[in-house]
Amino acid sequence: MKHIKTINKANLKESAKKGGCGKCQASCQSACKTSCTVANQKCER
Amino acid sequence: MIHKYKLNGLNIVLDVNSGGVHLVDELTYDLLDNVEPPFEAECPQGVVDKLSKSYAPDDIRECYEEIVELYNDKILFSEDDYEKYAQYSVASPVKAMCLNIAHDCQLRCKYCFASTGDFGKGRKLMSFETGKHAIDFLLENSGDRPNLELDFFGGEPLMNFNVVKQVVEYARSREKEYNKKFRFTITTNGLLLDDEKIDFINREMSNVVLSIDGRKEVNDYFRVLPNGQGCYDMILPKYQKLVAGRGDKEYYVRGTFTNKNLDFSNDVFALNEAGFDQISVEPVVGDDDIYALTEKDLPTVFAEYEKLAQRLLENEKQGKKFNFFHFMLDLDQGPCAIKRLRGCGCGNDYVAITPDGDIFPCHQFVGIDEYKMGNIDEGTFNQEMKADFAKAHVYSKPDCRECWAKFYCSGGCNANNYQYMGDIRTAHKISCQLEKKRLECAIMMKAVRMAESAE
Repeated sequence: MKHIKTINKANLKESAKKGGCGKCQASCQSACKTSCTVANQKCER
Repeated sequence: MIHKYKLNGLNIVLDVNSGGVHLVDELTYDLLDNVEPPFEAECPQGVVDKLSKSYAPDDIRECYEEIVELYNDKILFSEDDYEKYAQYSVASPVKAMCLNIAHDCQLRCKYCFASTGDFGKGRKLMSFETGKHAIDFLLENSGDRPNLELDFFGGEPLMNFNVVKQVVEYARSREKEYNKKFRFTITTNGLLLDDEKIDFINREMSNVVLSIDGRKEVNDYFRVLPNGQGCYDMILPKYQKLVAGRGDKEYYVRGTFTNKNLDFSNDVFALNEAGFDQISVEPVVGDDDIYALTEKDLPTVFAEYEKLAQRLLENEKQGKKFNFFHFMLDLDQGPCAIKRLRGCGCGNDYVAITPDGDIFPCHQFVGIDEYKMGNIDEGTFNQEMKADFAKAHVYSKPDCRECWAKFYCSGGCNANNYQYMGDIRTAHKISCQLEKKRLECAIMMKAVRMAESAE
């Protein structure tokens, strides 16, 4: 494309289909204990 | 829903519901202000006429086609169809616990949210018996979850180090029987660290959070002993020793910034210069704290986040990469959409336990009587309150529902919402604004890295 460059896989919808297993870390435990960035967590499936 | 913004010379468009991130030219950026689904076969003439003062009509039509192609690929203006998943995880197992092993602390940090360690309820250490019950509670309430997380927190957990060791040993002794894996973490102020404790932490703890505020003068203004003496020189060598022996295991040096050091990027870099490469620095928010950020501080703080992001990118180019926790973002392999609906999971799959065995939704709720969920020694656990927290997801929070950042912050901090807004479902505006700025910076950094690696 000339005007638009997509930089990632944009796979959030895919992730929902196989998601929700709960193996991943609770976000607040990681390094903050106050803020809520969740998108940096790893999928551990 | 899309979110578009300009930062660091880039025009960035986030497609909220697919997670797609696009870099666009000026024409696309302007055209997106004028078009939205449903799309027509060709760009409407009115839009072409409107933009033709600045752009060639053929370019406008071509750009429109690209937008429509991405829309058809479901990575631009994609539908939000996740609400059906919000009903999942309501009867979720409990898999994570914040164990307040010591409601006591040697420091008198001026911004402390825990009333200098005792949460306003008296100084107390957890007994091994209660610690054991906490492990049993987690084992018995964790259903089929294989990974269990337990964070030793306080107050200062090393003031009760013998019980920390006993609890770890007890938990390890029961892992096989339950087919579970405990991941321990600890958050410490560092004062009591010695070789024995450092060895233990580096052996047993999958992550350790080391509290320090950055520059010595900043740290020593806020993180003080009861006699007013700053703790920087007492803790820094211990942290350096711990990190040197850490190997590949995770750690963070974690600081707090306030309205007294709005130039906090200097604290981040001071921590890096002191030898740390995993850094987390967060603001004090809240209406009742004299050090909390207020609306008027935000432009300065936003500029500081931008400056930090740019300096981090420059450092990377020079091979001096380090990690700032709040700019970490995985745009491809991050958590699934279902996880993103309710963030930390407090009160549902994550709870905090006090030295008396009381259960609270998380450490930030400890001491708020109306949020006591039960007691592990007494075997009580309020399922109605648990269900209420489970239902506190991005679709039940009016501000989040319409927010572009909802799948990145996942509804914000329920405790902040309650403490400053009076309701776990009402977003705390300043926290939201800060989170959105951090996300914009983090996405921009990803875009720069990807653009550079493609060159």
